[in-house]
Amino acid sequence: MRITELFDNGEFVVTAEVGPPKGIHLEHLVEEAKTYLSGITAVNVTDNQSSVMRTSTLATCVAMKNAGLTPIYQTTCRDRNRLALQSDLLGAAAMGIENILCLTGDHTRLGDHPGAKPVFDLDSVSLLYAASELEKGRDLAGIELVGEPPKFAKGAVVSPISDSVDAQLAKMERKVMAGADYFQTQAVFEPEKFIKFMEAAKQFGKPVQLGVIIPKSVGMCKFMNNNVAGVHVPDEMLDELRADKEKTKAGITGIEIAARIIRECKPYCQGVHIMALGWESKVPALLEMAGL
Amino acid sequence: MLITELKNKETILSLITGKVFIINCHGCKEIRFPEHEAEALQKELQESGNVTGILTTDYICNPDYLKQRFAKHEAEIEAADMILVFSCGVGVQTVAAYFENKRVCAACDTYALPGYQGVTPLEHDCDQCGECYLNITGGICPLTACSKSLVNGQCGGAKNGMCEVDPNMECGWERIYQRLKKVGRLDALKCPVQVRNYATDPDK
Ligand code: SF4
Ligand code: SF4
Repeated sequence: MRITELFDNGEFVVTAEVGPPKGIHLEHLVEEAKTYLSGITAVNVTDNQSSVMRTSTLATCVAMKNAGLTPIYQTTCRDRNRLALQSDLLGAAAMGIENILCLTGDHTRLGDHPGAKPVFDLDSVSLLYAASELEKGRDLAGIELVGEPPKFAKGAVVSPISDSVDAQLAKMERKVMAGADYFQTQAVFEPEKFIKFMEAAKQFGKPVQLGVIIPKSVGMCKFMNNNVAGVHVPDEMLDELRADKEKTKAGITGIEIAARIIRECKPYCQGVHIMALGWESKVPALLEMAGL
Repeated sequence: MLITELKNKETILSLITGKVFIINCHGCKEIRFPEHEAEALQKELQESGNVTGILTTDYICNPDYLKQRFAKHEAEIEAADMILVFSCGVGVQTVAAYFENKRVCAACDTYALPGYQGVTPLEHDCDQCGECYLNITGGICPLTACSKSLVNGQCGGAKNGMCEVDPNMECGWERIYQRLKKVGRLDALKCPVQVRNYATDPDK
């Protein structure tokens, strides 16, 4: 199932994400996903997230699919050149994985193999373009594929709360031009800004899923404010997390905040993408409180 | 060594809007410059009546000399809507940085050749990529100003305008965006999807 079919039907699409382990045992991850995320439409599988080496995304996608979940194959341009990227896209389609999310990827310098060669032969835009070309039955070199071409739901990301919203919109437009079918956003903590962004992004006519992170603690939020691009947790929210330490520790404050953000933004977007960051077990409660 | 080669004529003509001032740099011995082709093309442009002036000089990569070099041509430059530079990538970038509010375009592609690279000041850098992108990036080289050498726009990593790889370095694409905005050329970001051609580099 391609999630674009659901967007086309006007459904509000909920996705979450999991990160493969640094090791070969996928059972735990799959079990957790089955327990907490089976009520969700599809689950992103990250690609050496934060430039930290982990088990192959594609292999993890297959394991998820075998367990009855719908994986979204995230693919970045950091580790593979255009031959490898296209070949893995075809591989994904061959395994029945048709939902993809194309990213540029963090620099190798930021991860656990800082001495590795950063590839960036393609980037998010040219990777989307490559996927669009494959769908037309030819590769980036213009050479014809054998047999029926693949069909993808091609996702991309956008940062609605960045310093320069206009620059983000310009990049979003390039992604649409390259074939992006839907967008997931960076985590949003300021609904007013998101709503304003959506007013401008509407012009592209592509479904956008609101990015959500459950705030776990004041420390986590401060870390994100200082280090994560496009993420800003406002002071009032930090105060809210400070107010009742036990409640925050139990995750209840975070769930309340995230649910409130979802409810406020829901009328303006076409879905939600939840980045649980280890709090997968809290996702069902969040969905319930958000009325999804 | 490096080689500069004229972009194809159609591409150069498509860059031209309004009146144009032309700069040729026949600077360093390390660069092979397509003098005759450039001259022929410039003659043609002159006949069309849109050229306000031509300056043929050397070492435009050295910003310290520029003021003095441009002094005699001030009126011609003022009258032009854009400046078309026939030089290596460093030269174009230096001129673009000098004329903050004017559109500056590259008429050449710069290719690498093994050997001595010449003496250029270090404010601007050119990787001699063989398909100069400066015309769609407002005269700021995306290959050397961006840590990932991206050619289709900013990655999601810039924080407060700084690059995700080096918090002391301004994000190159942030600079490109601001520059394009300043010269009223944000439409350059609507150009077709760019895919680099690494086969231009005889070294690799
Ligand atoms: S884009 Fe940069 S590396 Fe390529 S020729 Fe132009 S200045 Fe040189
Ligand atoms: S933050 Fe800017 S300069 Fe750094 S890699 Fe991303 S786009 Fe390039």
